[in-house]
Amino acid sequence: MTVTQEQHFAFLLHLGDDALVLGQRLGAWCGHGPILEEDIALTNLALDCIGQARTLLTRAGQVEGQGRTEDDLAYLREERAFRNHLLVELPNGDFGDTLMRHLLYSTFAYHRMVHFAGQTFDQPLAEIAARAVKELAYHKAHAADWVIRLGDGTRESHDRVQSSLLRLWPYTGELFLPHPVDAAAAEVGLLPPAPVLQAAWDAEINPVLEAATLTRPADGWMHRGGKDGVHTEHMGYLLAEMQSIARSHPGATW
Amino acid sequence: MVNEDANRVSEDSQETERIERIWQRLESIPDPELPFLNVVELGMVPRVFMESGEPIVEVMPTYTGCPATDVILQDVRNLLAKIEPLGQVRLVLTPPWTTDVLTEATKEKMRAHGIAPPEGGQADRAFLLGKNRQVACPRCRSWETSLVSAFGSTACKAHYRCNACQEPFDHFKCI
Repeated sequence: MTVTQEQHFAFLLHLGDDALVLGQRLGAWCGHGPILEEDIALTNLALDCIGQARTLLTRAGQVEGQGRTEDDLAYLREERAFRNHLLVELPNGDFGDTLMRHLLYSTFAYHRMVHFAGQTFDQPLAEIAARAVKELAYHKAHAADWVIRLGDGTRESHDRVQSSLLRLWPYTGELFLPHPVDAAAAEVGLLPPAPVLQAAWDAEINPVLEAATLTRPADGWMHRGGKDGVHTEHMGYLLAEMQSIARSHPGATW
Repeated sequence: MVNEDANRVSEDSQETERIERIWQRLESIPDPELPFLNVVELGMVPRVFMESGEPIVEVMPTYTGCPATDVILQDVRNLLAKIEPLGQVRLVLTPPWTTDVLTEATKEKMRAHGIAPPEGGQADRAFLLGKNRQVACPRCRSWETSLVSAFGSTACKAHYRCNACQEPFDHFKCI
Protein backbone atom coordinates (compact mmCIF):
# COMPACT_ATOMS: atom_id res chain seq x y z
CA MET A 1 0.00 0.00 0.00
CA THR A 2 1.59 3.23 -1.07
CA VAL A 3 0.55 6.67 -2.08
CA THR A 4 2.30 8.38 -4.98
CA GLN A 5 3.99 11.71 -4.47
CA GLU A 6 1.38 13.22 -6.77
CA GLN A 7 -1.48 11.82 -4.66
CA HIS A 8 0.19 12.94 -1.44
CA PHE A 9 0.55 16.46 -2.85
CA ALA A 10 -3.06 16.48 -4.09
CA PHE A 11 -4.24 15.40 -0.66
CA LEU A 12 -2.32 18.14 1.16
CA LEU A 13 -3.45 20.70 -1.40
CA HIS A 14 -7.02 19.72 -0.71
CA LEU A 15 -6.51 20.26 3.05
CA GLY A 16 -4.75 23.59 2.55
CA ASP A 17 -7.40 24.81 0.10
CA ASP A 18 -10.23 24.00 2.52
CA ALA A 19 -8.58 26.16 5.19
CA LEU A 20 -7.58 28.93 2.79
CA VAL A 21 -10.94 29.36 1.07
CA LEU A 22 -12.88 29.26 4.34
CA GLY A 23 -10.42 31.75 5.86
CA GLN A 24 -11.00 34.08 2.90
CA ARG A 25 -14.78 33.80 3.31
CA LEU A 26 -14.69 34.42 7.08
CA GLY A 27 -12.29 37.32 6.68
CA ALA A 28 -14.96 39.14 4.68
CA TRP A 29 -16.95 39.48 7.92
CA CYS A 30 -14.34 41.87 9.30
CA GLY A 31 -16.20 45.08 10.10
CA HIS A 32 -19.59 43.52 9.25
CA GLY A 33 -20.34 41.31 12.26
CA PRO A 34 -23.78 41.76 13.83
CA ILE A 35 -22.19 42.76 17.15
CA LEU A 36 -18.64 43.76 18.02
CA GLU A 37 -17.82 40.54 19.89
CA GLU A 38 -18.92 38.37 16.99
CA ASP A 39 -17.12 40.55 14.47
CA ILE A 40 -13.94 39.86 16.45
CA ALA A 41 -14.79 36.17 16.85
CA LEU A 42 -15.33 35.68 13.11
CA THR A 43 -12.06 37.35 12.24
CA ASN A 44 -10.29 35.22 14.86
CA LEU A 45 -11.75 32.13 13.21
CA ALA A 46 -10.54 33.48 9.85
CA LEU A 47 -7.07 34.01 11.29
CA ASP A 48 -6.88 30.42 12.51
CA CYS A 49 -7.99 29.12 9.11
CA ILE A 50 -5.44 31.23 7.25
CA GLY A 51 -2.70 30.19 9.69
CA GLN A 52 -3.57 26.54 9.11
CA ALA A 53 -3.69 27.12 5.34
CA ARG A 54 -0.21 28.63 5.41
CA THR A 55 1.35 25.64 7.15
CA LEU A 56 -0.60 23.10 5.07
CA LEU A 57 0.21 24.75 1.72
CA THR A 58 3.86 25.08 2.74
CA ARG A 59 3.86 21.35 3.50
CA ALA A 60 2.13 20.64 0.17
CA GLY A 61 4.85 22.61 -1.64
CA GLN A 62 7.55 20.57 0.13
CA VAL A 63 5.96 17.29 -0.91
CA GLU A 64 5.53 18.48 -4.50
CA GLY A 65 9.23 19.34 -4.59
CA GLN A 66 8.94 21.98 -7.34
CA GLY A 67 9.91 24.86 -5.08
CA ARG A 68 6.40 26.34 -4.90
CA THR A 69 5.74 28.34 -1.72
CA GLU A 70 2.51 28.90 0.21
CA ASP A 71 2.06 32.17 -1.70
CA ASP A 72 2.63 30.55 -5.11
CA LEU A 73 -0.02 27.97 -4.30
CA ALA A 74 -2.51 30.45 -2.84
CA TYR A 75 -2.19 33.26 -5.36
CA LEU A 76 -0.98 31.78 -8.62
CA ARG A 77 -3.34 28.91 -9.29
CA GLU A 78 -6.45 29.03 -11.46
CA GLU A 79 -9.89 28.05 -10.21
CA ARG A 80 -9.67 24.55 -11.70
CA ALA A 81 -6.51 23.84 -9.71
CA PHE A 82 -8.21 24.46 -6.34
CA ARG A 83 -9.25 21.31 -4.49
CA ASN A 84 -11.43 22.55 -1.61
CA HIS A 85 -14.86 21.21 -0.70
CA LEU A 86 -17.70 23.18 -2.27
CA LEU A 87 -19.17 23.84 1.20
CA VAL A 88 -16.41 26.24 2.21
CA GLU A 89 -16.63 28.40 -0.93
CA LEU A 90 -20.36 29.12 -0.59
CA PRO A 91 -21.20 32.78 0.03
CA ASN A 92 -21.37 33.91 3.65
CA GLY A 93 -25.09 34.74 3.49
CA ASP A 94 -26.37 36.04 6.81
CA PHE A 95 -24.79 35.43 10.22
CA GLY A 96 -26.82 32.22 10.68
CA ASP A 97 -25.71 30.86 7.29
CA THR A 98 -22.07 31.48 8.17
CA LEU A 99 -22.29 29.89 11.62
CA MET A 100 -24.25 26.90 10.29
CA ARG A 101 -21.64 26.38 7.57
CA HIS A 102 -18.96 26.68 10.22
CA LEU A 103 -20.63 24.09 12.45
CA LEU A 104 -20.98 21.59 9.59
CA TYR A 105 -17.45 22.13 8.33
CA SER A 106 -15.43 22.63 11.53
CA THR A 107 -16.93 19.54 13.20
CA PHE A 108 -15.75 17.56 10.17
CA ALA A 109 -12.38 19.34 10.07
CA TYR A 110 -11.85 18.73 13.79
CA HIS A 111 -12.27 14.96 13.54
CA ARG A 112 -10.13 14.80 10.41
CA MET A 113 -7.44 16.82 12.19
CA VAL A 114 -7.54 14.55 15.27
CA HIS A 115 -6.71 11.67 12.96
CA PHE A 116 -3.87 13.58 11.28
CA ALA A 117 -2.36 14.31 14.68
CA GLY A 118 -2.21 10.60 15.43
CA GLN A 119 -1.01 9.19 12.09
CA THR A 120 2.66 8.47 11.38
CA PHE A 121 2.75 8.48 7.58
CA ASP A 122 3.34 12.24 7.35
CA GLN A 123 5.10 13.51 10.47
CA PRO A 124 5.09 17.24 9.58
CA LEU A 125 1.33 16.99 8.99
CA ALA A 126 0.96 15.37 12.43
CA GLU A 127 2.81 18.35 13.98
CA ILE A 128 0.63 20.88 12.16
CA ALA A 129 -2.48 18.96 13.21
CA ALA A 130 -1.55 18.70 16.89
CA ARG A 131 -1.80 22.50 17.06
CA ALA A 132 -4.79 22.89 14.78
CA VAL A 133 -6.89 20.40 16.76
CA LYS A 134 -6.96 22.74 19.76
CA GLU A 135 -7.98 25.67 17.58
CA LEU A 136 -10.73 23.71 15.83
CA ALA A 137 -12.08 22.52 19.19
CA TYR A 138 -12.89 26.18 19.91
CA HIS A 139 -14.34 26.64 16.41
CA LYS A 140 -16.88 23.87 16.61
CA ALA A 141 -17.88 24.77 20.16
CA HIS A 142 -18.44 28.40 19.18
CA ALA A 143 -20.45 27.47 16.08
CA ALA A 144 -22.55 24.97 18.07
CA ASP A 145 -23.29 27.62 20.73
CA TRP A 146 -24.63 29.99 18.10
CA VAL A 147 -26.60 27.43 16.12
CA ILE A 148 -28.34 26.40 19.36
CA ARG A 149 -28.96 30.02 20.33
CA LEU A 150 -30.42 30.88 16.93
CA GLY A 151 -32.33 27.63 16.42
CA ASP A 152 -33.81 27.67 19.91
CA GLY A 153 -34.31 31.43 19.81
CA THR A 154 -37.17 33.38 18.27
CA ARG A 155 -39.44 32.08 15.53
CA GLU A 156 -37.62 34.35 13.09
CA SER A 157 -34.14 33.12 14.05
CA HIS A 158 -35.33 29.51 14.14
CA ASP A 159 -36.85 29.66 10.66
CA ARG A 160 -33.87 31.43 9.17
CA VAL A 161 -31.28 29.04 10.55
CA GLN A 162 -33.43 26.05 9.59
CA SER A 163 -33.42 27.32 6.02
CA SER A 164 -29.63 27.80 6.25
CA LEU A 165 -29.38 24.14 7.17
CA LEU A 166 -31.61 23.14 4.24
CA ARG A 167 -29.54 25.15 1.77
CA LEU A 168 -26.19 23.90 3.06
CA TRP A 169 -27.11 20.26 3.58
CA PRO A 170 -26.67 19.16 -0.07
CA TYR A 171 -23.04 20.28 0.22
CA THR A 172 -22.25 18.10 3.25
CA GLY A 173 -22.27 14.84 1.27
CA GLU A 174 -19.01 15.73 -0.45
CA LEU A 175 -17.24 15.62 2.92
CA PHE A 176 -17.75 11.86 3.04
CA LEU A 177 -18.16 10.76 -0.60
CA PRO A 178 -15.37 8.47 -1.78
CA HIS A 179 -12.69 10.07 -3.95
CA PRO A 180 -9.56 8.48 -5.47
CA VAL A 181 -7.18 10.83 -3.62
CA ASP A 182 -8.92 10.10 -0.30
CA ALA A 183 -8.92 6.37 -0.99
CA ALA A 184 -5.15 6.41 -1.57
CA ALA A 185 -4.66 8.46 1.61
CA ALA A 186 -6.86 6.08 3.60
CA GLU A 187 -4.81 3.10 2.42
CA VAL A 188 -1.64 4.45 4.01
CA GLY A 189 -3.42 5.59 7.15
CA LEU A 190 -3.50 9.31 6.35
CA LEU A 191 -7.29 9.40 6.53
CA PRO A 192 -9.75 7.34 8.54
CA PRO A 193 -12.31 5.44 6.44
CA ALA A 194 -15.14 7.79 5.41
CA PRO A 195 -17.83 5.91 7.41
CA VAL A 196 -15.77 6.31 10.61
CA LEU A 197 -15.40 10.03 10.00
CA GLN A 198 -19.08 10.37 9.19
CA ALA A 199 -20.10 8.48 12.34
CA ALA A 200 -18.01 10.86 14.48
CA TRP A 201 -19.55 13.83 12.67
CA ASP A 202 -23.11 12.53 13.05
CA ALA A 203 -22.54 11.85 16.75
CA GLU A 204 -21.76 15.55 17.29
CA ILE A 205 -24.02 17.23 14.75
CA ASN A 206 -27.22 15.38 15.70
CA PRO A 207 -27.31 16.47 19.38
CA VAL A 208 -26.52 20.08 18.40
CA LEU A 209 -29.37 20.16 15.87
CA GLU A 210 -31.66 18.59 18.43
CA ALA A 211 -30.74 21.12 21.12
CA ALA A 212 -31.29 23.83 18.52
CA THR A 213 -34.78 22.40 17.79
CA LEU A 214 -33.78 22.06 14.14
CA THR A 215 -34.79 19.26 11.80
CA ARG A 216 -31.96 17.37 10.15
CA PRO A 217 -32.72 17.30 6.41
CA ALA A 218 -33.04 13.98 4.60
CA ASP A 219 -29.99 12.97 2.59
CA GLY A 220 -30.84 13.46 -1.08
CA TRP A 221 -28.87 14.73 -4.05
CA MET A 222 -25.41 15.83 -2.94
CA HIS A 223 -23.25 18.31 -4.83
CA ARG A 224 -19.68 17.34 -5.54
CA GLY A 225 -16.75 18.45 -7.65
CA GLY A 226 -14.51 20.58 -5.45
CA LYS A 227 -11.92 17.84 -5.06
CA ASP A 228 -11.71 17.62 -8.87
CA GLY A 229 -11.49 21.36 -9.35
CA VAL A 230 -15.08 21.71 -10.55
CA HIS A 231 -16.43 24.54 -8.43
CA THR A 232 -19.62 26.51 -7.90
CA GLU A 233 -20.12 29.79 -9.74
CA HIS A 234 -19.08 31.62 -6.57
CA MET A 235 -15.48 30.41 -6.60
CA GLY A 236 -14.22 32.57 -9.46
CA TYR A 237 -15.32 35.76 -7.74
CA LEU A 238 -13.72 34.69 -4.48
CA LEU A 239 -10.39 34.01 -6.18
CA ALA A 240 -10.55 37.21 -8.22
CA GLU A 241 -10.70 39.17 -4.99
CA MET A 242 -8.21 37.04 -3.05
CA GLN A 243 -5.61 36.99 -5.82
CA SER A 244 -5.99 40.50 -7.25
CA ILE A 245 -3.08 42.14 -5.42
CA ALA A 246 -0.68 39.27 -6.04
CA ARG A 247 -1.60 39.24 -9.74
CA SER A 248 -1.48 43.02 -10.16
CA HIS A 249 1.96 43.21 -8.57
CA PRO A 250 3.74 39.96 -9.44
CA GLY A 251 6.50 39.07 -7.02
CA ALA A 252 5.70 41.94 -4.64
CA THR A 253 6.61 41.46 -0.98
CA TRP A 254 5.86 43.48 2.13
CA MET B 1 45.89 14.66 27.86
CA VAL B 2 45.59 16.92 30.82
CA ASN B 3 45.84 19.97 28.60
CA GLU B 4 43.23 18.64 26.18
CA ASP B 5 40.82 18.04 29.03
CA ALA B 6 41.45 21.52 30.36
CA ASN B 7 40.77 22.98 26.88
CA ARG B 8 37.62 20.96 26.62
CA VAL B 9 36.37 22.23 29.98
CA SER B 10 37.10 25.83 29.09
CA GLU B 11 35.35 25.41 25.72
CA ASP B 12 32.33 23.95 27.48
CA SER B 13 32.18 26.78 29.96
CA GLN B 14 32.53 29.29 27.13
CA GLU B 15 29.61 27.70 25.32
CA THR B 16 27.56 27.72 28.49
CA GLU B 17 28.30 31.42 28.89
CA ARG B 18 27.24 32.16 25.31
CA ILE B 19 24.01 30.27 25.79
CA GLU B 20 23.38 32.02 29.09
CA ARG B 21 23.95 35.40 27.42
CA ILE B 22 21.40 34.57 24.70
CA TRP B 23 18.81 33.57 27.31
CA GLN B 24 19.37 36.85 29.15
CA ARG B 25 19.02 38.95 26.01
CA LEU B 26 15.91 37.04 24.91
CA GLU B 27 14.22 38.37 28.03
CA SER B 28 14.33 41.82 26.42
CA ILE B 29 12.08 40.70 23.55
CA PRO B 30 8.45 41.40 24.40
CA ASP B 31 5.38 39.80 22.90
CA PRO B 32 3.92 42.57 20.68
CA GLU B 33 0.39 41.89 21.99
CA LEU B 34 1.38 41.37 25.64
CA PRO B 35 4.32 43.78 25.97
CA PHE B 36 4.67 43.19 29.73
CA LEU B 37 5.66 39.57 29.01
CA ASN B 38 8.77 38.45 27.17
CA VAL B 39 9.14 35.50 24.83
CA VAL B 40 10.92 33.40 27.47
CA GLU B 41 8.12 33.89 30.01
CA LEU B 42 5.59 32.85 27.36
CA GLY B 43 7.50 29.65 26.74
CA MET B 44 8.03 30.53 23.08
CA VAL B 45 11.75 29.59 23.22
CA PRO B 46 11.85 25.91 24.12
CA ARG B 47 15.62 25.48 23.71
CA VAL B 48 18.89 27.29 23.08
CA PHE B 49 21.80 24.95 22.34
CA MET B 50 25.09 24.71 20.48
CA GLU B 51 25.42 22.87 17.21
CA SER B 52 28.86 22.62 15.56
CA GLY B 53 30.09 25.48 17.71
CA GLU B 54 27.25 27.89 16.90
CA PRO B 55 24.06 28.55 18.85
CA ILE B 56 20.61 27.45 17.68
CA VAL B 57 17.58 29.27 19.11
CA GLU B 58 14.29 27.42 18.79
CA VAL B 59 11.14 29.50 18.50
CA MET B 60 7.72 27.98 18.98
CA PRO B 61 4.60 29.87 17.82
CA THR B 62 1.57 29.86 20.10
CA TYR B 63 -1.43 29.86 17.71
CA THR B 64 -0.91 28.74 14.10
CA GLY B 65 -2.34 31.95 12.73
CA CYS B 66 -1.00 34.39 15.33
CA PRO B 67 0.27 37.45 13.43
CA ALA B 68 2.68 38.22 16.27
CA THR B 69 4.74 35.13 15.39
CA ASP B 70 6.37 36.81 12.38
CA VAL B 71 7.27 39.88 14.45
CA ILE B 72 8.74 37.74 17.24
CA LEU B 73 10.75 35.64 14.80
CA GLN B 74 12.18 38.79 13.25
CA ASP B 75 13.01 40.23 16.67
CA VAL B 76 14.86 37.05 17.65
CA ARG B 77 16.73 37.01 14.33
CA ASN B 78 17.74 40.66 14.80
CA LEU B 79 18.96 39.97 18.32
CA LEU B 80 20.98 36.96 17.23
CA ALA B 81 22.48 38.86 14.29
CA LYS B 82 23.79 41.38 16.80
CA ILE B 83 25.29 39.05 19.41
CA GLU B 84 25.81 35.74 17.56
CA PRO B 85 26.06 36.47 13.81
CA LEU B 86 26.55 32.79 12.92
CA GLY B 87 23.72 31.56 15.13
CA GLN B 88 20.47 30.31 13.69
CA VAL B 89 16.80 30.67 14.54
CA ARG B 90 14.74 27.54 14.04
CA LEU B 91 10.94 27.40 14.01
CA VAL B 92 9.64 24.31 15.82
CA LEU B 93 6.06 23.06 16.07
CA THR B 94 6.45 19.99 18.28
CA PRO B 95 5.36 19.44 20.96
CA PRO B 96 2.56 21.95 20.35
CA TRP B 97 2.65 25.03 22.52
CA THR B 98 0.35 24.91 25.51
CA THR B 99 -0.60 27.32 28.27
CA ASP B 100 0.68 24.66 30.69
CA VAL B 101 4.18 26.14 30.24
CA LEU B 102 3.18 29.42 31.90
CA THR B 103 4.59 29.71 35.42
CA GLU B 104 2.69 31.07 38.40
CA ALA B 105 4.89 34.21 38.29
CA THR B 106 3.91 34.80 34.65
CA LYS B 107 0.25 34.30 35.51
CA GLU B 108 0.56 36.81 38.33
CA LYS B 109 1.97 39.35 35.86
CA MET B 110 -1.06 38.78 33.66
CA ARG B 111 -3.41 39.41 36.58
CA ALA B 112 -1.51 42.60 37.42
CA HIS B 113 -2.22 43.76 33.85
CA GLY B 114 -5.91 42.98 33.96
CA ILE B 115 -5.78 39.65 32.13
CA ALA B 116 -7.17 36.53 33.76
CA PRO B 117 -4.59 33.77 33.19
CA PRO B 118 -5.48 30.24 32.06
CA GLU B 119 -6.57 28.04 34.94
CA GLY B 120 -5.78 24.35 35.24
CA GLY B 121 -4.07 22.14 32.71
CA GLN B 122 -5.05 21.85 29.06
CA ALA B 123 -5.35 18.10 29.54
CA ASP B 124 -8.39 18.87 31.66
CA ARG B 125 -11.18 19.19 29.11
CA ALA B 126 -13.38 20.98 31.62
CA PHE B 127 -11.02 23.92 31.51
CA LEU B 128 -10.57 23.79 27.74
CA LEU B 129 -14.20 23.83 26.70
CA GLY B 130 -16.36 22.59 29.55
CA LYS B 131 -19.51 24.23 30.74
CA ASN B 132 -18.08 24.70 34.23
CA ARG B 133 -15.21 26.84 33.09
CA GLN B 134 -14.57 29.25 35.97
CA VAL B 135 -12.49 32.33 35.57
CA ALA B 136 -11.69 34.75 38.38
CA CYS B 137 -11.80 38.50 37.77
CA PRO B 138 -8.19 39.76 37.64
CA ARG B 139 -9.24 43.01 39.38
CA CYS B 140 -11.49 42.06 42.28
CA ARG B 141 -10.78 38.28 42.21
CA SER B 142 -14.47 37.45 42.23
CA TRP B 143 -15.55 34.16 40.65
CA GLU B 144 -18.86 35.72 39.63
CA THR B 145 -17.86 36.25 36.00
CA SER B 146 -19.47 35.51 32.65
CA LEU B 147 -18.19 34.83 29.17
CA VAL B 148 -19.00 37.60 26.68
CA SER B 149 -17.24 36.09 23.69
CA ALA B 150 -14.98 33.07 23.29
CA PHE B 151 -12.81 35.11 20.96
CA GLY B 152 -11.24 38.28 22.28
CA SER B 153 -8.87 40.97 21.09
CA THR B 154 -6.24 38.42 20.03
CA ALA B 155 -6.31 34.73 19.08
CA CYS B 156 -5.13 33.74 22.55
CA LYS B 157 -7.79 35.59 24.56
CA ALA B 158 -11.49 35.36 25.37
CA HIS B 159 -13.62 38.28 26.47
CA TYR B 160 -15.20 38.17 29.96
CA ARG B 161 -17.22 40.42 32.26
CA CYS B 162 -17.09 40.50 36.04
CA ASN B 163 -20.57 40.46 37.57
CA ALA B 164 -19.21 41.72 40.91
CA CYS B 165 -17.19 44.78 39.91
CA GLN B 166 -18.80 45.13 36.44
CA GLU B 167 -15.42 45.44 34.73
CA PRO B 168 -14.81 43.79 31.37
CA PHE B 169 -11.56 41.83 31.11
CA ASP B 170 -9.57 39.52 28.86
CA HIS B 171 -9.01 35.87 29.73
CA PHE B 172 -5.93 34.12 28.33
CA LYS B 173 -7.45 30.94 26.94
CA CYS B 174 -6.30 27.53 28.00
CA ILE B 175 -4.91 25.53 25.08
